[in-house]
Amino acid sequence: MSAISQPAKRSEALGEKRRDARRRGLSRWGSRAALCLYIAFVFVPIYWLVRMSFMETTDILGGFSILPRNVTLANYETIFTDPSWYLSYWNSLVFVTLNTLISLAVALPAAYAFSRFRFIGDKHIFFWLFTNRMAPPAVFLLPFFQLYSTFGMIDTHLAVALAHCLFNVPLAVWILEGFMRGVPREIDETAYIDGYSFPRFFVTVFIPLIAPGVGVTAFFCFMFSWIELLIARTLTSVEAKPIVVAMTRTVSASGLDWGLLAAAGVLTIVPGAIVIWFVRNYIAKGFALGRV
Amino acid sequence: MSEIRIEGLRHSYARNPTASDPWALKRVDHVWRDGGAYALLGPSGCGKTTMLNIISGLVRPTEGRIYFGERDVTDVPTERRNIAQVFQFPVLYDTMTMRGNLDFPLRNRGIPKAERRARVEEVAAMLDLSDSLDLRASGLGAPEKQMISLGRGLVRSDVAAILFDEPLTVIDPQVKFTLRRKLKEVHERFKPTLIYVTHDQNEALTFADQVVVMYDGEVVQVGTPEDLYERPAHSFVGYFIGSPGMNFLQVEPSGGSLVFQGGALALDETVAAGLPSKGALKLGIRPSALRIADRGTPGAIDADVVDVETLGAYAIVELAMGPTRIKARVRDGEPIPSGATAVSLPPRQTLLYADERLIGALA
Amino acid sequence: MIQVDNNRAWLLVLPVVVVVAFTAIVPLMTVVNYSVQDIFGPETRVFVGVEWFREVIDDDRVREAFGRQFLFSALVLLIEIPLGVAVALILPLRGWRSSLAVVAIALPLLIPFNVVGMIWQVFARPEIGLFGTSVNALGIPFNYTADPLSAWVTIVIMDVWHWTPLVALLAFAGLRAIPPAYYQAARIDGASRLAVFFYIELPKLRNVLTIAILLRFMDSFMIYTEPFVVTGGGPGSSTTFLSINLVKMAVGQFDLGPAAAFSLLYFLVILLFSYIFYTILQQVASK
Repeated sequence: MSAISQPAKRSEALGEKRRDARRRGLSRWGSRAALCLYIAFVFVPIYWLVRMSFMETTDILGGFSILPRNVTLANYETIFTDPSWYLSYWNSLVFVTLNTLISLAVALPAAYAFSRFRFIGDKHIFFWLFTNRMAPPAVFLLPFFQLYSTFGMIDTHLAVALAHCLFNVPLAVWILEGFMRGVPREIDETAYIDGYSFPRFFVTVFIPLIAPGVGVTAFFCFMFSWIELLIARTLTSVEAKPIVVAMTRTVSASGLDWGLLAAAGVLTIVPGAIVIWFVRNYIAKGFALGRV
Repeated sequence: MSEIRIEGLRHSYARNPTASDPWALKRVDHVWRDGGAYALLGPSGCGKTTMLNIISGLVRPTEGRIYFGERDVTDVPTERRNIAQVFQFPVLYDTMTMRGNLDFPLRNRGIPKAERRARVEEVAAMLDLSDSLDLRASGLGAPEKQMISLGRGLVRSDVAAILFDEPLTVIDPQVKFTLRRKLKEVHERFKPTLIYVTHDQNEALTFADQVVVMYDGEVVQVGTPEDLYERPAHSFVGYFIGSPGMNFLQVEPSGGSLVFQGGALALDETVAAGLPSKGALKLGIRPSALRIADRGTPGAIDADVVDVETLGAYAIVELAMGPTRIKARVRDGEPIPSGATAVSLPPRQTLLYADERLIGALA
Repeated sequence: MIQVDNNRAWLLVLPVVVVVAFTAIVPLMTVVNYSVQDIFGPETRVFVGVEWFREVIDDDRVREAFGRQFLFSALVLLIEIPLGVAVALILPLRGWRSSLAVVAIALPLLIPFNVVGMIWQVFARPEIGLFGTSVNALGIPFNYTADPLSAWVTIVIMDVWHWTPLVALLAFAGLRAIPPAYYQAARIDGASRLAVFFYIELPKLRNVLTIAILLRFMDSFMIYTEPFVVTGGGPGSSTTFLSINLVKMAVGQFDLGPAAAFSLLYFLVILLFSYIFYTILQQVASK
């Protein structure tokens, strides 16, 4: 019977697309027009930034034009050649990656425990984790500074990576737990019967099954750590200065160098845009914390 | 309204389909008679849900026309087609009460309040749901929810056909019987045309007056459950209906016999002469029709017992004739063979198929 | 899934608890510590009980900041939630168009907060920004550095631009999960498009909308960088929201005691209102 089920599946997938269009009841062209309008709303400010990145600051401040005037690559050149700029990107990348790894490493076993077991205090811990997401970063600036000073960790990548765990670890636990719920217990039990030890089962069997979940979680940890400013600024000065901080400190005698800042800004959007393409199929589900 | 007539129906989900694209429905011409209780039976992917959705108007066919009585409804949207559909899982408006759910289709059609109330209560009484009318729909169990789904179809007085897409899938087996009985009651009372899609032959055979069997996008047989069992018109029907299904042997005519791997069946002269000259030939015989005999009995083919499965009231005996395996059904009380034995094929119940189509019995 | 009682599962949770405790509880203790003491110098500290709390609650600037913050969060929620749902309704559900659209609208979410601020700082400027110039060209006086209303409009639009995609993606995930049979049944029942939205789509979006409302409330209540980059809290203090106020107090003025008390009140308010929102949303769901 498998010979007929293959074309049938393709058939149904095509059928689904046609049904989708009509089931909404909205005129297809009306929806498309509205969507294009919204996407324009999203892209026009970004375009403005890109436009500025290709102009000299004097041209930017000098007048108004829709297209960039006197297109120049000088801003980008500066960023790619001046160590204080490109090293900042590197710093950001380092602590964001570090944070993602730490968050995943601690969240994976915890999420597994929450999804499979009941234990004393489980609901309370789960909720407590979420309350950390509710804590304003502004509240933690001084305490963090003091805490990490005590350990001599100011201006290190590790400090920022750990500090960002405040909001990323709860998120990671939530998303992973949501994805893990979709894996039936029977798989765990079969593995134990087959003689797998827990670590071996977890790494070689379980994690591959939730690979999209891990990918999405990594993406979100990356994203929320990359865009954060307050904590990153408080805990760094020179050695571990991330790009977001470098940008806020770029004031010269003649005022803000808009062209340069714009180029720096564009380059901060690029990594995110690339990464999101890889998780595009799961990003919606990830935002819903895997619960949809 | 009278019958539902389908002419020249072909459907592919591809946008501008060519011959090489997958066609969900290859070619169907069929008449569903008014007030009939039909089962639409077939394996997954055979096109039965597509057919159902075309009848209800949720899918517009690539080719062909559909008529409700004299009216060509091929281009008429679902809302104006006088049909109701019950899906595989209960589809309800969670935020409404049961009453709200039943009332909804009438409200959308502008029926006045008093009449709506009367209809809702009548249908609820019919389905034994009067007590729960003002409860939230989301709090009910699966059987009640499916009844509501059915009820939404029944409240509309203009509904002439109710289509079911495997509606008892989520219902527990013990409850299925009660629900099927309810369906029969509804059918007797309101006399709509019922088309019930299923892949479960037991459901089809107990529910329907007429069973329409589909395979690979085509209707291969239409008939009563008895017709399907006794005279399957297509080898698939023979294979699909019955538990276990029909035995099939690839045969080739040789001399005055039909030869297969492991044995030969002698034929009557007239039958041997009437064999088609080309086409793949198959012999089909139901396990219950096979007779176990002793070796040496005239007309019996030597066979060895390979496996016996006792199932309470009967046993399934698997026999090997050389590399060919067949199954025989032995009733409780009859002796179960073992080791070396033989089988005989009663000619009247041995059917001959050419290219999967029935051409006749051996007698 | 059936969950098994197993207290050894604690070992699996331990790393998370340790990391988050280090990163959250320890600093929080510091804040509590500061909130009940007056620190004159490294060696001299005096326990002052609730004095800082009283001072903070009586402080007009703090009260105004709370007022502004609530107004901002309310505005932002009222715009972003419906808009996000509307965008989700027009997103294609499947195919390459869907992937492309999802990536396109998600872009603002990936932009560092200060870059978002920077974009709008320029974009809304009267002479050099497209938005600022266009509005002024229409005859509406618009200058966010001088006029509080312009400043608010800029910041609200910036937040809508920045965060509506989050709501849209959540709602989109929810919509995609609705089985087609519901829409089919609605057609058979003769339901109007509006009825489909209210009786099928909205109820099924309950969970994701709860997440969306909670997340947007929390994050808008904690906002710092984006408005700070654009207006610095001004003109005057018209856009000084709670976090901006707090940072000014703690880092600018170095009033550690009041800042700590403020921090705790701030955190408590968010917890309280999140809890209230959550309870209300659950009630609405079960009605």
